[in-house]
Amino acid sequence: MKPVLEVKDLSVTFRTEDGKLSAVDRVSLEVGDGEVLAVVGESGCGKSVTAMSIAGLLPRTANVDGSVKLDGTELIGADKRTLRSIRGREVAYIFQEPMTSLNPVFTVGHQIGEVLRTHVGLSRQAARARSIELLKLVGIPSAERRVSDYPHQLSGGMRQRVMIAMAVACDPKVLIADEPTTALDVTIQAGILDVLRGLRERLGTSIVLITHDLGVVADLADRVAVMYAGRVVETAQVHELFANPQHPYTAGLLGASPAAGRHAETHRLNEIPGLVPLLSEQPDACTFADRCPRAVDFCTTSQPQLTTGQHQVACWNPVREPVEV
Amino acid sequence: MKRYLLSRLWQSVVTLILATIVVFAGVRALPGDPALALAGEDRDPESLRAIREQYGLDDSLLVQFWQFVSHAARGDLGRSIRTGEPVGSMIAGALPVTIELSILAILVASVIGVGAGVVAAVRRGRPAEWAANALALLGLSVPNFWLGLMAILYLSVALGLFPASGFVPFFSNPIDNLHHLVLPALILGTGLAAVIMRQTRSSMLDALSADYIRTAEAKGLSPRAVIGKHALRNSLIVVVTIVGLQLGALISGAVVTERIFALPGFGKLTVDAVFQRDYPVIQAVVLVTATAYIVINLLVDLLYSVIDPRIRVRGDA
Repeated sequence: MKPVLEVKDLSVTFRTEDGKLSAVDRVSLEVGDGEVLAVVGESGCGKSVTAMSIAGLLPRTANVDGSVKLDGTELIGADKRTLRSIRGREVAYIFQEPMTSLNPVFTVGHQIGEVLRTHVGLSRQAARARSIELLKLVGIPSAERRVSDYPHQLSGGMRQRVMIAMAVACDPKVLIADEPTTALDVTIQAGILDVLRGLRERLGTSIVLITHDLGVVADLADRVAVMYAGRVVETAQVHELFANPQHPYTAGLLGASPAAGRHAETHRLNEIPGLVPLLSEQPDACTFADRCPRAVDFCTTSQPQLTTGQHQVACWNPVREPVEV
Repeated sequence: MKRYLLSRLWQSVVTLILATIVVFAGVRALPGDPALALAGEDRDPESLRAIREQYGLDDSLLVQFWQFVSHAARGDLGRSIRTGEPVGSMIAGALPVTIELSILAILVASVIGVGAGVVAAVRRGRPAEWAANALALLGLSVPNFWLGLMAILYLSVALGLFPASGFVPFFSNPIDNLHHLVLPALILGTGLAAVIMRQTRSSMLDALSADYIRTAEAKGLSPRAVIGKHALRNSLIVVVTIVGLQLGALISGAVVTERIFALPGFGKLTVDAVFQRDYPVIQAVVLVTATAYIVINLLVDLLYSVIDPRIRVRGDA
């Protein structure tokens, strides 16, 4: 399968007052046509920075290296006009905060229609009609009335549906959903995931799902990339990864998750001791070594690289047998 | 919304009554006697008494107050002690000048202030921001009257670009009218422009870091739409408040500006009336100013709900 989105050796550093800060280090990802790739990891592991750098949405203080190809077109280093024509039309985003991601002073219909007027050149009326269709598509009841509502008149779940409607307005090739359900109640989350699943089935949209919630991953993803401290440490098909995690960090994540861990009712949840280190602190070591139960001497002196194949892992002492959690 | 409006109107009435009492008492607390001012050289006690009687100055304060309020309520503001003209028509003559001057000044200040504020926010940390900040500081610290005198000295007298003083009614010659008002409006608007600029800059900076701006960028909108539409519309809510709060300063600024440019407006009327102890005129002028202030503030409040839909709904609930 030819990938729609191909990220290769993507590195992001930020210029800060304390010097350069590395956020993402040589990350490579591939997303096939109609595939859902989940990128999981703890807060601060570089998931969102990776996502934002795909369409050049990082602030000016960020320095991005490497390659991001969308259907063969290189996006890193592309001029602003090209990037603008891709954003919202071929690569669309859904963000974590539905409460603040919509502009409070415009109606939701206006904000959805704006995408269509910008990229497709629809008239005001045509954009409004299409906005109503889109609101129906994402499951908003009485869409004809809701289209004239302001964001504050909608609940969090409804707003996130509006965000999704806005994102898929131009039928993008890739939808990047950055923690789309994190800010929502559990009951609302399921509805949003249903909408995303439906879009993939009906429109064939490829989705990059950024999340720290393994329950969401199990629900929606085809493949998973696990990130830790700015690097991809393991990637595999979702069933393979859940059944047979090879990186101790992945195993730890699964053990810390009540939904994904087996025998969750009878077992205590395990936590991973320590915190995610800064990437710049350990250039020549496995970044997980300090927190790793399986660390050997070698781990602190040399950095492991990803293996090749279907199930890739970057670890000197991977878990070989299925773990008992 | 209706309840809100009613409560605002009620507040306005109370404010007006208080303003009336304060100004009535204040005028009479001023040293000096209008009868003396009117009589001029003639200090004959008989003619002084005649004058006092003619204008009701020998009545008790309560009676005078009741006369004033009951007449004002019927639209009769009395006659000027100095000229004998009806105060109503004096105000009708002077008010349009001041209103036009104020509107032009707000217009000038908004265009310059919002424009410079947006530039300062978008070009943060670059020379454009420093220039805008320096200009704002200058605009705030340089007093109106000095700026007005300098403008007359250089732009009117030396270069002859604008008339130094005088006024032509708008309806007799609109172009000449604007030509006369450009300088005064600029001078009067300077301070306001500086305030608006600083406010726009800070609220734009807030808006530009908001999540919905990231959304707008992710939609592939042009910088013009992101800044000029999504960020600016949100910033204007704060700016409108500031303009409303600055109206008092604008009115007192108009007094000084009109004086410098010899415009026959409200400011001139007020200053002349105070010098002459022209009680009816002072009272009427303050009454009209207070009313204008209250009405404009009410309009500003209504303007919010146009800009910010959230306020509309809260008022309905």
